[in-house]
Amino acid sequence: MRQKLVEFRNVSFRYDDDGPWILNDCSFTIYENQSVAIIGHNGSGKSTIAKLMNGLLFPQKGQILIDGKEVNAQTIWDIRKDVGMVFQNPDNQFVGTTVQDDVAFGMENRGIAREEMMKRIEDTLTAVGMQHKRLSEPHRLSGGQKQRVAIASVLAISPKLLILDEATAMLDPKGRQSIMKTVSHLHEQDVMSLVSITHDLEEVMMAEWVIVMNQGEIWAEGTPRDIFTRKDAFHKIGLDIPFVGKLTEALRRADVSITEEPLNHEELLEALWTFHSKT
Amino acid sequence: MSNSLIIGQYVPGQSIVHRLDPRTKIIMIFFFVFIVFFANSVPSYSILAFFAFGSIVLSRIPFRFILKGLTPIWFLIGFTFLLHIIITREGAVLVDLVVLKIYSGGLIQGFAISLRFFLLILVTSLLTLTTTPIEITDAIETLLNPLKKVKFPVHELALMMSISLRFIPTLMQEMDKISKAQASRGVDFRTGPIKERAKAIVPLLVPLFVSAFKRAEDLAMAMEARGYQGGEGRTKLRILRISGRDWVALFLFAVVLAGLFATRHYS
Repeated sequence: MRQKLVEFRNVSFRYDDDGPWILNDCSFTIYENQSVAIIGHNGSGKSTIAKLMNGLLFPQKGQILIDGKEVNAQTIWDIRKDVGMVFQNPDNQFVGTTVQDDVAFGMENRGIAREEMMKRIEDTLTAVGMQHKRLSEPHRLSGGQKQRVAIASVLAISPKLLILDEATAMLDPKGRQSIMKTVSHLHEQDVMSLVSITHDLEEVMMAEWVIVMNQGEIWAEGTPRDIFTRKDAFHKIGLDIPFVGKLTEALRRADVSITEEPLNHEELLEALWTFHSKT
Repeated sequence: MSNSLIIGQYVPGQSIVHRLDPRTKIIMIFFFVFIVFFANSVPSYSILAFFAFGSIVLSRIPFRFILKGLTPIWFLIGFTFLLHIIITREGAVLVDLVVLKIYSGGLIQGFAISLRFFLLILVTSLLTLTTTPIEITDAIETLLNPLKKVKFPVHELALMMSISLRFIPTLMQEMDKISKAQASRGVDFRTGPIKERAKAIVPLLVPLFVSAFKRAEDLAMAMEARGYQGGEGRTKLRILRISGRDWVALFLFAVVLAGLFATRHYS
């Protein structure tokens, strides 16, 4: 059994004392080395979850445990060492005047010695494929490159959990693809849990576990396959389903019986040729 | 666009002046600004001029860059010159126009003050021409470090400067975008009376400010998420190193200083 890394125990959160609850009695667990996608439409509370994990916000009710430590004002500096976060806007999280300065920023904050910094800058920039840009200024980089730098700067402090808070939302398809590739490659190499908060359904399919948020509550939880089998319910809460799911549905309506729920193109292809050879 | 994105007037190079520690350069210029006012004889001015032009030659910066930096100053230099010619009433009368007498003392004074001005601008612009803004920021941070004892927020000041430097190009790109967006909606920035053109700036500035505040908020959040908790216990990636050439430069500067005071005319 894998170790628990993040545990939400009946967590509720709201910004104002008399405002509406943004999160309402949420409980879930994320394990070590697991990749989890959190989906839901705007205002469903998914970004709030990310900020709670990092101690950028504190819950009014309930408890959040990161690696066994409760998140509170005393522990946040330790917890931020374990939880790295990449935000949506590539420009607004770039602190340094050059790529290497930006990667160094998080390490400088933690008082890491200079020689160690140089080494880790080299390593992490290589890991995200940005070592050739190490002296570039941010305005000479594309959005996708800036996000890769942001990921490198989080990796530099070797966190146990990497949160991508809609990190690909502002990128073009090419940039998005490169980020997804980088992230899944890193996830395979290192012992690190991954939480991606996203609208992108392709990203969701790559996760091991999916949490669907709706109006501040956990609406469903499960593997991508379990989740996307419930198509009708999905439409009801206003979420889209992946293209393959839509195609399967259309094929069923056209009397092509597909029993298994295909998740990607290969599985759909598999289902189609088995159907074809049967008839 | 790419041209307008160069911050300050830094000219990249590998000359000895470029490679001096920024602190050395700042200290030298700081003292130069003072000693310029001590020069009062032809030899002392020559020594200062020699120092200034010598540094420019060593920096290997094309002279036209330096002249370009001086353009806004010419008017001021000319104005000071004229003012001294008109006001000073010493020495022999050189020209006697009915309303205005020009004295020899005025001419000398005018020349001297203009030369001081000229040398000052020359040397200070040499600093920004050979030093990147971020180097200047680092140098200021270390030079001001003793002020931490009196609770002066040195680290915060330096961080503010470096973040501003980092966001100048970003905000300029944004400005470009907004002005195009507004132009496509019919705002005219280029023609019409000045008053109208000034008014057209408003729909440009308001969105720019709104987005700058949004950026500031996001950035603060991102910095906090990356463990920023003020200057205490921070290490630094960029370091400044005083090397042999800095000592040589400081020594030469001391020689200039000694020469100046030796040739100065005491009365």
